[in-house]
Amino acid sequence: MTYLLEARGLTRKFGGVVALDNLDLAVVPNEIIGLIGPNGSGKTTFFNVVTGIYGAHGGSVTFDGADITRASSPAVYHAGISRTFQRSRLSLPLSIFDNIMIGNHKRLNQGLWFNLIRRGEFKREFEVNYSAARTLVEVFEPQLAERMFEPVGGLPMIHRRRIEICRALINQPKLLLLDEPSAGMTHDETKELMDDILQVRDLNRNLTIIIVEHEMGVIERITERCVVLNFGRKIAEGPYRQVAVDRQVQEAYLGVE
Amino acid sequence: MSEVMQKMRAPLLPGVVALALSTAYLIALLAAEKQALIIGLLAFAVVAVLAAHYLGWLNLVSRSFADQEDVLGIYAILAACVVAAFFHDNHFVLLLFVTVLLYTVATLGLNIQFGYAGVLNFAGASFFGIGAYTSAVLSTYTAVPHLLVLLIGGMLAALIGSLLLVPVLRTRGHYAALVTIAFALLLKTFLEVNNVLGGPQGMQVKGMSILGWSFNDNFEIGKIEMSFYLNYFVVSMLLLTGTFVLVRRLERSWIGLNLDALRLDEIAASCFGLDIARWKITAFLLGNFLIGIAGALFGMVGGFVAPNNYTFADSLIMVSILLLGGIGNPWGLVVATFIVVVVPEKLQTIQEYRILLFALIVIMMLLFRPEGLLPRPVRRYFPGWRA
Ligand SMILES: Nc1ncnc2c1ncn2[C@@H]1O[C@H](COP(=O)(O)OP(=O)(O)O)[C@@H](O)[C@H]1O
Ligand SMILES: [Mg+2]
Repeated sequence: MTYLLEARGLTRKFGGVVALDNLDLAVVPNEIIGLIGPNGSGKTTFFNVVTGIYGAHGGSVTFDGADITRASSPAVYHAGISRTFQRSRLSLPLSIFDNIMIGNHKRLNQGLWFNLIRRGEFKREFEVNYSAARTLVEVFEPQLAERMFEPVGGLPMIHRRRIEICRALINQPKLLLLDEPSAGMTHDETKELMDDILQVRDLNRNLTIIIVEHEMGVIERITERCVVLNFGRKIAEGPYRQVAVDRQVQEAYLGVE
Repeated sequence: MSEVMQKMRAPLLPGVVALALSTAYLIALLAAEKQALIIGLLAFAVVAVLAAHYLGWLNLVSRSFADQEDVLGIYAILAACVVAAFFHDNHFVLLLFVTVLLYTVATLGLNIQFGYAGVLNFAGASFFGIGAYTSAVLSTYTAVPHLLVLLIGGMLAALIGSLLLVPVLRTRGHYAALVTIAFALLLKTFLEVNNVLGGPQGMQVKGMSILGWSFNDNFEIGKIEMSFYLNYFVVSMLLLTGTFVLVRRLERSWIGLNLDALRLDEIAASCFGLDIARWKITAFLLGNFLIGIAGALFGMVGGFVAPNNYTFADSLIMVSILLLGGIGNPWGLVVATFIVVVVPEKLQTIQEYRILLFALIVIMMLLFRPEGLLPRPVRRYFPGWRA
C-alpha cells in the first residue's frame, strides 16, 4: 500500500507539554480522513508540523514519496499540500480575489520582467486566473462571485471561511488540511459548506482531505476513516461508527483519565 | 463590448477638474510672496478640501482617478509642465518644484518597502545621501556619463543597503526599524570623519551635462530667458514618471500581491509558497535603488553635498510624507510631498518649527485618519477593468 502522507513516530513538545506523542498516521490517496479528539489533543499541532510551521522533535513525515519532515512551509506547499487555519488567517484589507490568488502562488508567473514589463501577457494570465477563482467561489457562494474585488475584512465570518477554503483549493493541491472549517457556523451552514467541499472533490478526484471537525455529524457523513487523538497520542482509528463506540474514545471526550 | 465597459467606467470629468483646480492653486501659492496671502491661501485650501469632502466631491475625484488613471496621469504631467512653464525664469520656485519631484521619487521607494512589504526604513535620507555623494565623487574624480552616474547612485544605495539585509530579515518589526536608525547615525558619522568625502564641510557636485548640453546654464527659447532649473525639471519629471509607472505596475502585479501578503501575515504567506526573504530583499533593494537615483540627481541639482543634509530628521520627514499621503497610495504621496516640502518653504514663520509641526501632523494623522489623506484603494490590476 502506498500512502500519500505518512507520519511515523511524530513527536512535538512545547516545554513540558507533549503536543504530539509518537504519532503514526497514514493517509491513502483520495480518502477523506477525520482527525478528532478533545481540545488540546494535538490536532492543530499535527497540521503545523506537517506544513513546516513547527519542526518535529522526533519521527518523520513523508508525502508523495518524499521526506518532508524538515521541509519549509513553502516547500510543503509546492509539494502539493494546502491548508486552512483554525483561527482564520485571511489578509483582511485585500480583496476576495487577492486572497484567493495568494493560495495560487505556485501557478502564477513570479518573474519581475513578466510582472512589470510584459503587461499584455500578465493581463492574459490575470484573466485566466480571475475566471478560475470566480468559478471556484461560485461553487461555495454565487453571491460572493459578484464581489471579487471587495475587501475580505467587510465580510461576515461564514464568507471568510469559504474564501479561506477557496484559497487552499485554487492551486489544486493533492492534500487538503481543513482545521475546523465550520467553526462559528450554524448547523445548516455547516452542512452546506461540507456539500460544497464534496462538490469540489467530485471535480478533482485526486483530492485527499484531512479534516479536523468538532461536529460529529459532519465527521460521520463525509469521512471514510477517523483518527482519534488524546494528549498527542493516537487512541483509536477506523470508521466513525467504530471509533464512536470505542471505550477509550468515550472516556477521552468525557475527560476521564 | 468595449463600449459597454467604457460606459461603466467612472467619468473623467471630476479628475480633470480637480487637476485643473490644483494646478491653478499651486501656481497661486508658489507665486504668493506676502505671508498674509500665503496663510490665507493655505486656510482656503483646508476649507475647500473639507467642503469637497463633505459634499462627496472628493469621492467622485478618487473614483475618477481609480478608473481613468492612465489618462489622468498624462494630464498630471501636462499640469506639472504648465506650472514649470509659468515659473520658467524663477530659480527659487523651480528648485522647490524639482525638490518636490525628487522627494516624491524617494518616498515612492520607501513606499515599496514600508507600504507594501512592511519593512520600516528610517534611513531614507541616508540612501538619498549615498546617491548624492555618488554624484559628487563621480563628477569630481571621473568622467562617467551623468545618466550612468544616476544609475550607479541607485545601485550603490541598494548595495550599501544590503548590509542591512541580515538584521532586517532576522529581526522583526521595531527592532528592524532600530537597525535602520543606527545605520543612519553611523553613515552620518562616517561622512563627517571621512576627508576624501569632504568631512563635515561636504563637497561640490558638478552640474549635470548630457551630450554636451550643460544643465547649469540658463538658455533661451525664442527670445525668452529660461532658468537652468528647467533642465532639471525635465529630467526629474521623466524620473518621477518612470518611477510612478514602475511602482504602479509593481502594485498591480503578483509581486505587489506577494508583498502585501507577507506584510499582512508571514505565516499564512509562507504556507502558500511565498519565499519571505526573497520578496523582502526585492522590496528593500528596489526601494533603496529608487531613493539612490533620486538622491544622485538631487546632488547635481543642489550642486553641493554635506553630511548635515541627510540626517535622521530628514528620514523622519520622508516617513511622515508616507503617513500623511496614505501608505501605499502613490497619488497620496505626490500630494503629501507637495504639502511637506512646499508649505514650510513658503511659510517663513514656521520654518524653525517644521520638525515639531511634522511630529504634530503625524500624531494627528495616526489618531484621526491612520489611512492617510488619500487611503489606498483595494488593488485593481487594470484600471477600469470589468469582468
Ligand atoms: N505554539 C505553542 N506554544 C505552546 N504550546 C502550544 C503551542 N501550540 C500548541 N500548544 C499546546 O499543544 C497542545 C496541543 O494543542 P493543539 O494542537 O492546538 O490542540 P487541538 O488543535 O487538538 O485543540 C496544547 O496543550 C497546546 O496548549
Ligand atoms: Mg486546534
